[in-house]
Amino acid sequence: MLFKNVLLGVFVCFSVLGCSDQKLDSKPSVVIWHWMTDRDVTFQELAKKYETLTGVKVNFELYAPSDAYSQKIRAAAQGMNLPDVFGILGEKRDFASFIKAGHILDLAPYMEANNSSWKNSFFPKALALNEFTPDNSYGINPGVFGVPIDIMTIQMVYNKKLFTQLGLNPNRPPKSLKEFLDIGPKIQAAGMQGLVSGWGEVWMIDCLANNYAFNIMGKDKVLATIRGEVAYTDPDWIEVFSVFKQMKDSGILAQGLVTMINKSAEQLLANEKAVFGFNGSWCVNVYKGMNPGLEYGAMLPPQASEKYPTSIWGGAGSSFMVNARSKNKEEAVKFLIWLTDQDQQAYLAQATNNLPANKNSLSKIPEVMAQFARGMDYATHPNVWGVSEFSLVIEAFDRGIQSIIIGEKTPEAVAKEVQAIKERELARKKAQ
Amino acid sequence: MKIKNTLENYIFILPAVVIFSIFYIIPFIWVFQLGLFDWDGISFTKVFVGLQNFKEIFFQDKNWWQSMWNAGYITLIALTFQNILAFMLAWACDREIKMKNFYRVIFFIPPVLSEVVVGMAWRFIINDIDGANVINRTLTQIGLPNLVHNWLSDPNTALSTVAVVHCWKGFGWGFLIFLAGLQTIPRELYEAARVDGASAWQSFKNITLPLMIPIMVLVVILTVLGTMQVFVLIVSLVGGEFAGHTSVPVLRILASMRGSSRFGYACAQGITFGLVLIIISFIQYRFSKKGQ
Repeated sequence: MLFKNVLLGVFVCFSVLGCSDQKLDSKPSVVIWHWMTDRDVTFQELAKKYETLTGVKVNFELYAPSDAYSQKIRAAAQGMNLPDVFGILGEKRDFASFIKAGHILDLAPYMEANNSSWKNSFFPKALALNEFTPDNSYGINPGVFGVPIDIMTIQMVYNKKLFTQLGLNPNRPPKSLKEFLDIGPKIQAAGMQGLVSGWGEVWMIDCLANNYAFNIMGKDKVLATIRGEVAYTDPDWIEVFSVFKQMKDSGILAQGLVTMINKSAEQLLANEKAVFGFNGSWCVNVYKGMNPGLEYGAMLPPQASEKYPTSIWGGAGSSFMVNARSKNKEEAVKFLIWLTDQDQQAYLAQATNNLPANKNSLSKIPEVMAQFARGMDYATHPNVWGVSEFSLVIEAFDRGIQSIIIGEKTPEAVAKEVQAIKERELARKKAQ
Repeated sequence: MKIKNTLENYIFILPAVVIFSIFYIIPFIWVFQLGLFDWDGISFTKVFVGLQNFKEIFFQDKNWWQSMWNAGYITLIALTFQNILAFMLAWACDREIKMKNFYRVIFFIPPVLSEVVVGMAWRFIINDIDGANVINRTLTQIGLPNLVHNWLSDPNTALSTVAVVHCWKGFGWGFLIFLAGLQTIPRELYEAARVDGASAWQSFKNITLPLMIPIMVLVVILTVLGTMQVFVLIVSLVGGEFAGHTSVPVLRILASMRGSSRFGYACAQGITFGLVLIIISFIQYRFSKKGQ
């Protein structure tokens, strides 16, 4: 009986207390989902600092790896429960799909306020990745739909110590493709590995191939190809595919490159087993963690032609978007303005070795980071071209280059296969 | 009274039916429905294309059928090499041998390891430039230097290497199920056979094998279902599809869903793949029934 009474008493107490008024928090909190493991600690520190300054709590929630994060964001978009701020990993067409579905706030009015002071603080090319211009092919109303947190360029790196061992000048990396290929036999003779990169994950092959496409035929012809006006069987494209055959034949490529994951490639370069690497500017932080004493420099991919300038992929490294349906969107925008301010950007760059998106924060960064940052002058990105290639064509293109590297197909055969898929996709698009 | 009993029976199975419907039947129907649309997985608008996605899978998508062929090849290796090994080891451990409990534990370690860990570990063991190069060194030491090459990045050996690593990881499940099956065979049958003068081979052929057929069918079905869906191991061993040489259906579905943003097509691929697995399992089941 006593037990029953105690139980009843506890139930009544919980019921009454449970119904009592809760003290409402007057300040909203901003929830941010991200995937950047290397930046999480610094983000948390900045969030604490922001809370001290403004009283607004910012919760950075880490969901890694990036594949899992990407899935989570898509699922949240389908379920209409995206956080206040989030990032999108994928191509421009994915970004456009999120905007079309009304998930992303147009930040142009905020960017252009106060004589565009916020907009002008960024590297223009970094902002361009988040921008939709009036003539975009995605059918999106013009606007700025994301805030770059940092910038990145994808270039080549070379080991200066191994350069010296090979009898090469460590301060003069190869500038032409011929110079680059001539190093292949020396590397083989010395028993070293040549170029390493994450070419098992094919998008990095696509990246280097596009660099050479811009160099060999120029931007206009590349974009004309994407629009379907130039065939992949054009001699210029065959020359692009042939660059990879020449690399394979010269011995400049590391063994097993086509099944190499980027982490392995980074380890090989950091452990001084490989002479060249093809990697993004995020590698500065990775190499520092793996081998703080590594002597290396960044270089542009050696030119295959002098007709057109070299182009590399670059722009915004990571960007945050504001949920258009969030009730805290104003607070979210205020926080992003603060996060991309000069001081916070410099702090982020120093703590994480990522290049700052705010162009005024570049003053105190190490030389190798400055080399990567200077690459922004040559940077381009598929997301700013205004047109995008069919994903099945990109897949055939990348697979084809893998086949060339393993000696399975010729550049001409790959060009024919890619063009066949391109024609099929164009026909399908026309039929729709 | 009879109606009341029948209703009671239905009420008892109702929770199971509800759970099964919510988590299996409805998602299957929903995925099939999505397979009839052209949808990027994000937009609110979906374009109805009827059976166009299925038509493309069956008649145009060579990469899909190559991936099915690759998965079939790995499955064939698993069905033969992996299951024969599992059966032999289970049979050995079922007999009175020293340290049999130790072996049971050892054989069951690979299946409980994460596929990513197994993939990375084997990548390290196999690879030459970023690994220990154990296989090539062994080949050199035993006088077969002409066989030394890049096992994972040679298109002729990549899939077989993946299959062997998959077998190493998976044989413990078969071992465990076979061992459990062997232990259900009454010992008296063996004793009676011995009294009648049967040899070890005759006992195995006339007692062990016939009584183990239902267990073998179960292991075969589980092996087919598990192996056809392999993909994590491939990603950690070779980074992905390797110009199609290590492409498998789940990687193709992922490529359609994430790489191409063709969610509807990916759903159609998922349904096609599911139906293929159901048909294979049904055929195996019918064969086992006939065998019994």
